[in-house]
Amino acid sequence: MGEIFKQYVIDHFNFWIAVILMMIGLYAMITKNNLIKKLIGMSIFQTAIILFYVSAGVKDGATIPILEHHAVEVEQVEMLAAAAGHSPSEHAASGHESHAINPDDYSNPLPHVLMLTAIVVGVATLGVALAVSQVIYKNYGTLEESEILAKIKAAENDG
Amino acid sequence: MAEQYPILVLLVLLFGALLVGLAGMADRRICFPVTVTALALALAVSLGILQRVINEGVIRYFVAGWSRPVGIGIELRIDTINALVLLTITTVGLLAAVFSFRRVKEDKTEKTPLFYILYLLLIMGLSGMVITGDAFNLYVLLEVSSLTSYALIAMGKSRRAAVAAFSYIIMGTIGASFYLLGVGYLYLRTGTLNMVEIHQAITGLEGVSSAIVVAFVMIIVGLMIKMAFFPLFGWLPNAYSYCPSSTSCVVAPLMTKVGVYVMVRMMLTVFGTEWVFENLQYSQWMVGMAVIAILAGSVMALAQVELKKMFCYIIVAEVGYMVGGAWLANHWGMVGTVYHIMSDAFMTLCMFLAAGIFLKQAGVVRIDQLDGMFRKMPLTMAGFVVGALAMIGIPPTCGFFSKLYLIRGGMESGHWGYVVALLISSLVNAVLFFRIFEIAYFGKKPVEGHGHHADHSERSVIKEARLSALVPLLTTAVIIILLGIFNQDLVDLIERSLKGAEVIGSAVLSGEGGLG
Repeated sequence: MGEIFKQYVIDHFNFWIAVILMMIGLYAMITKNNLIKKLIGMSIFQTAIILFYVSAGVKDGATIPILEHHAVEVEQVEMLAAAAGHSPSEHAASGHESHAINPDDYSNPLPHVLMLTAIVVGVATLGVALAVSQVIYKNYGTLEESEILAKIKAAENDG
Repeated sequence: MAEQYPILVLLVLLFGALLVGLAGMADRRICFPVTVTALALALAVSLGILQRVINEGVIRYFVAGWSRPVGIGIELRIDTINALVLLTITTVGLLAAVFSFRRVKEDKTEKTPLFYILYLLLIMGLSGMVITGDAFNLYVLLEVSSLTSYALIAMGKSRRAAVAAFSYIIMGTIGASFYLLGVGYLYLRTGTLNMVEIHQAITGLEGVSSAIVVAFVMIIVGLMIKMAFFPLFGWLPNAYSYCPSSTSCVVAPLMTKVGVYVMVRMMLTVFGTEWVFENLQYSQWMVGMAVIAILAGSVMALAQVELKKMFCYIIVAEVGYMVGGAWLANHWGMVGTVYHIMSDAFMTLCMFLAAGIFLKQAGVVRIDQLDGMFRKMPLTMAGFVVGALAMIGIPPTCGFFSKLYLIRGGMESGHWGYVVALLISSLVNAVLFFRIFEIAYFGKKPVEGHGHHADHSERSVIKEARLSALVPLLTTAVIIILLGIFNQDLVDLIERSLKGAEVIGSAVLSGEGGLG
């Protein structure tokens, strides 16, 4: 039991947190009566997905993905050597200490970069949604969904 | 030049939007010509793309030259199916833009430049979704097109437009977020975002990875919300019927169809039909849901008294046709779906153009107000009749042929429920549209004799729509007939694409059915 708990919960706690946050957001989006609360739920939902991606790019003991200068040079030399027909191992064997880049030393930058875009999308969505709720407030004088629906119904019965 | 075509489609629209914004500050009258020019250029380029794809096969374009093995660039990948859908999008965009001439200015004077900026960005987003070869890039473009359509819908004059737009925002964001989460699972399992590479990684895995099944389910559920598949269609009818007619003419034909296209692309290129149909046994369920969608959409359409609402429920039923067709796991089903994406875009465009004209010229909102329209607006009615016949599925129009292929797919794969649902839906459409024809041709029965005369003097003012509205409508009608007449050529193109190696992962589909 403890083993299973560790395997499914402790080792993947980042996914659990993301999923719990997502469910909180989804719950708010669907059940809340106030439009602004719905939007808060929407933001939580989107942020949970961002958290999911970002936590997926993290590695234990890894650093920021900026290569040190000499490491890049060595890599380039090795690539050139490989292009010229020598195998990199030959090159390393011929005196130099190997400085090959170990991907485990760096966290994965791609999910983080993707999430920059997703954050922008989230902000834009929130902006449009807030603007629309402003228009709704101007038209109906309230942001409570039930009151708006009641007013729509009343208007329908009139005309 | 020709090798830059794929990016050119997007750039023309993007710079068009920028130019509209800049020109709009100086003079609002420049906005319309700039928009139409940008869309016409995009249409020309997408024609060029189609020609290149037919001659040379798949186009792979790497944005900024970051080719795959070295860089992490975004790929635009175009095969025959994308090229056809791209052409549909740009054509519909151009026709609906011509229709919006003067109409936008009359609706909201100060917002003309904003409308056209959003309009061009919407078409850009949709075109990008169709041609991109990158799963994450697709998400971004999906959101570009969704955000612009939220804003366009909220511009409606009706008080309810903003409420409809708000519920669309909530539902649309849930859909897009599910898609994003699905892509995240795919990325974690395969380590790439490029569609073709994801496909290679999935086929390389042994057995069925549960992470990929979850990814697939999330992506499909997300897209179902975006395309308004039956249980998740709640946002659609209000959003599309309360927005301005110039908006509904572009949003209604394109948004749902592009959603269906993305699902087809996911099933073909990203996951591959072998994986989708052989490892997962969802086919039966999905076709069953499509049957419910078709029947429910048709029945709800019957219950509507408002013209635009009725068209909205017909869209729900049509989405059921396409999703069902794609999930038949059959060659003809897939061919029919791709063909129906194109024909339904034009059919829906025709319906909404006609509805826009009726609303503008005669203030028609409800079906029974169409009284005597054949006499008052003969040309508009002619265009409308062609679209209606296509919706019912009467031979020379494209609606007949797409139903023919879908039904053939249903029969060959033994999904008889789907076949029956299609036929019932056609009959319901016949009832719906012949009811309109009857009202419009013979007029409704004068229930109260005395009210009739007052009505008459008021309605005699109604006259034919202006040229900028008639030209798109009649062009659409001609396209509907041409698509029907040349259906064999189009289907040959789609078939060649599905059978050959062009569309990766269509092996299951190309094996069955044969050319007949």
